[in-house]
Amino acid sequence: MAVTELHGEAVAGIVDRVAQHYGRDPTYLVQILREVQEACDWIPPEAVDRLETVLRVPRTKIEGVAGFYYFFYTRPRGRYRILFSDNITDRMLGNIPLMERLCQALWIEPGKVSEDGLVSVDKTSCTGMCDQGPALLVNNLAITRLSEARVDAIADLVRNAVPLADWPAEFFAVADNVRRADLLLGSSLAPGEALKAMVARAPDRNEEGAVAMLNEIRCSNLRGRGGAGFTTALKWEACRNAPLQPGQQRFVVCNADEGEPGTFKDRVLLTSHADLVFEGMTVAAYVLGARRGFLYLRGEYRYLLDPLNAVLQRRRSAGLLGANILGIPGADFDIEIHLGAGAYVCGEESALIESLEGKRGTPRNRPPFPVTNGYLDQPTVVNNVETYAAAALIALNGGEWYAGIGTRQSAGTKILSVSGDCAQPGLYEYPFGVTVRQVLEDCGGKDVQAVQISGPSGICISPDEFDRRIGFEDLPTAGAFMVFNHSRDMFEVARNFVHFFQHESCGFCTPCRVGTSLLKNLMDKLHNGHGSPYDFTEIEKLNQLLLSMSHCGLGHTACNPVLDTIAKFRPAYERRLEHTDFTPAFDLDRALAAARQMTGRDDPGAHIVPEEFGEEKTS
Amino acid sequence: MSATFTLDGKAIPYEEGDTIHQAASKAGVFIPHLCYHPDFKPHGSCKLCTVKVNGRQTASCTMRAAAGMQVESETEELNAERRALTQMLFVEGNHFCPSCEKSGDCKLQATAYHLGMMSPHFDHFFPDRPVDASHSEVLLDFNRCILCSLCVRASRDVDGKNVFALSGRGIKTHLIVNAKSGRLADTDFTLADKAAQVCPVGVILKKRRGFSVPIGERTFDKAPIGDVLVKEEG
Repeated sequence: MAVTELHGEAVAGIVDRVAQHYGRDPTYLVQILREVQEACDWIPPEAVDRLETVLRVPRTKIEGVAGFYYFFYTRPRGRYRILFSDNITDRMLGNIPLMERLCQALWIEPGKVSEDGLVSVDKTSCTGMCDQGPALLVNNLAITRLSEARVDAIADLVRNAVPLADWPAEFFAVADNVRRADLLLGSSLAPGEALKAMVARAPDRNEEGAVAMLNEIRCSNLRGRGGAGFTTALKWEACRNAPLQPGQQRFVVCNADEGEPGTFKDRVLLTSHADLVFEGMTVAAYVLGARRGFLYLRGEYRYLLDPLNAVLQRRRSAGLLGANILGIPGADFDIEIHLGAGAYVCGEESALIESLEGKRGTPRNRPPFPVTNGYLDQPTVVNNVETYAAAALIALNGGEWYAGIGTRQSAGTKILSVSGDCAQPGLYEYPFGVTVRQVLEDCGGKDVQAVQISGPSGICISPDEFDRRIGFEDLPTAGAFMVFNHSRDMFEVARNFVHFFQHESCGFCTPCRVGTSLLKNLMDKLHNGHGSPYDFTEIEKLNQLLLSMSHCGLGHTACNPVLDTIAKFRPAYERRLEHTDFTPAFDLDRALAAARQMTGRDDPGAHIVPEEFGEEKTS
Repeated sequence: MSATFTLDGKAIPYEEGDTIHQAASKAGVFIPHLCYHPDFKPHGSCKLCTVKVNGRQTASCTMRAAAGMQVESETEELNAERRALTQMLFVEGNHFCPSCEKSGDCKLQATAYHLGMMSPHFDHFFPDRPVDASHSEVLLDFNRCILCSLCVRASRDVDGKNVFALSGRGIKTHLIVNAKSGRLADTDFTLADKAAQVCPVGVILKKRRGFSVPIGERTFDKAPIGDVLVKEEG
């Protein structure tokens, strides 16, 4: 029986089971929808009917949430839902020809469902496998190292309707690719070791211990690793001092929504150093007096959910989570994992909290900030995975030790996710202050024309800047380090990033919702050979507008890649400006594409090429 | 004596908890806006009411006033940006003012006039948005929706019905209604709902009442939007 034909009663049974598991609590709506979809292959209207009843929330709320997340389907998308990662690094590794190959083998069009309802193939934003791409997700499980042979094998497996559990395990293998380890990646912390060291600072007094720990964090100069670099001790202190209303508590949230294209360090930390991360969260809980913590894991890392839950269970059994941690009466803290569902914007901390509450992931109006009004309007600390891992080591070795590593304004180490044109893509952990040139040397980057630091929302630097240093005083970064050699077209790099922002804009505010689409259209216009100097002015004006009027960082940074590449790689743009005067955006030949597709024609007679321009055919 | 902040060089008194927008309204100063309405919790999404507070831009409908704040609003720079946002809203949907029943009563149109918008400037998106004529008393013309969410808030917070919500994401964000069929006729919406009264543009229209007030004699034909709203909302 095709799952899309599930009987209404069967769907209701699935919904009841899932909702029951989450205590029929609508704050778990995102998790409930995910599990319903995992069982039904989509979220059928009958499931929404049933959710309306069992969760006692209006249908509009359920449909509003289901419609927000890219990985939730309110229309059937097949039993096999294949999404090709479409970061620029996947492009450089040939993801598009591979996707076309798969589509041809399965006789389907990208973005559409096969006529027998078996399979759909589409693209998605970076899935965090840039060091082992091209990559795809099938029913949200990651497949890496795509090749023609692997794609052909996938086509066979799909056609023969082989259950995912029986697909070759090596397809789903994800390597850590640690190339240079330092404090974090080289850590061999025994579970509980950092917590014991922390408690030992004030063995008999919980409250004093918390203050002592906060002092160590302060003295370490640790700053947030998500990119913005806010001082961790200030954040923790503000949350610790935030007044609690009766019935309220404080929360610890770990942001593992690693969505910035080109970033994959959290994937490895959570694969091989999960104890370090959970221990850091427990340290934060001790300082804040928090009893509940959340790990918000991006939907693309679904394959990590079961192993991470096993780590949590092991820590509970070892007395490192749950009630009376390390036997200390009242030291209660536990962690639960929430999965995202394909929304980059949920990496913004207030959008992440909305998502944790089972809502659409739109960033909140700030102030107030999460440290006072976070999860369920209660004081909440949100930190990056790497920040918690560092906090655990600070608990173990003390703040002074940590402050001595790195530079004055950037203490400690930074893990870089290196991908693109280099011999050894993977993770490189350095003390802060390392030069771009050094990283390029270590990873085997040759003939490099540009490095994109910290992903599309970061900065693109050219060879004359390769002596700049990684650190908050010079090149702040969330970790992405994408390398481009001279064979790459930097315009296409920028265009890929602009498409990314357009796809990921949450749509809440006017400037970002409409502006990212306008920007995408302008870049496509240049790509299609219809750009003129006027369009440069338009792009600059849009940038100013997005920067000053947008609601959150997504809109603020959406023009960065374009402005950087215009400033530093102008010839890549000028090559496309065949017309220095006005040129119409309308292209008669392109407008006929739909007619060509309908009639299955592509012969010269089905094209109109303006003779005076002699343009390349675009389709 | 109450505390004050400075708006375009003028001292504006405010009460604790007032937003910049509320205080300005009370003092008779108009700041352009579309998603803000004094009866509902501010949303902060249209961004037209953006002002500069101590040099930093922020939505005035969500920013609390504080003593001594230096706020700029009527500057050439801000009005140019507000005009661009208005143009974005025009090209995002399908707005054909001359044939629209709301012409003259439409806040988007009136705001465009107020800001001196002479053309849509950007390329039109021409989205495909079918209308919903299922309801016996009300027509929903989604072509004109600017996603201000006023009907969402009115239905949820005043009517207690949740008839409307936003779904989708990004440029595909759209208004939905509370029915499995997706049709307004299958909801408990009525003309008496607060949600029926708040649409700033021409999405929620009363059926069989077309052009009962002639063009030229409508709200914003008689007075500019700034004067009308300061009187209504102040």
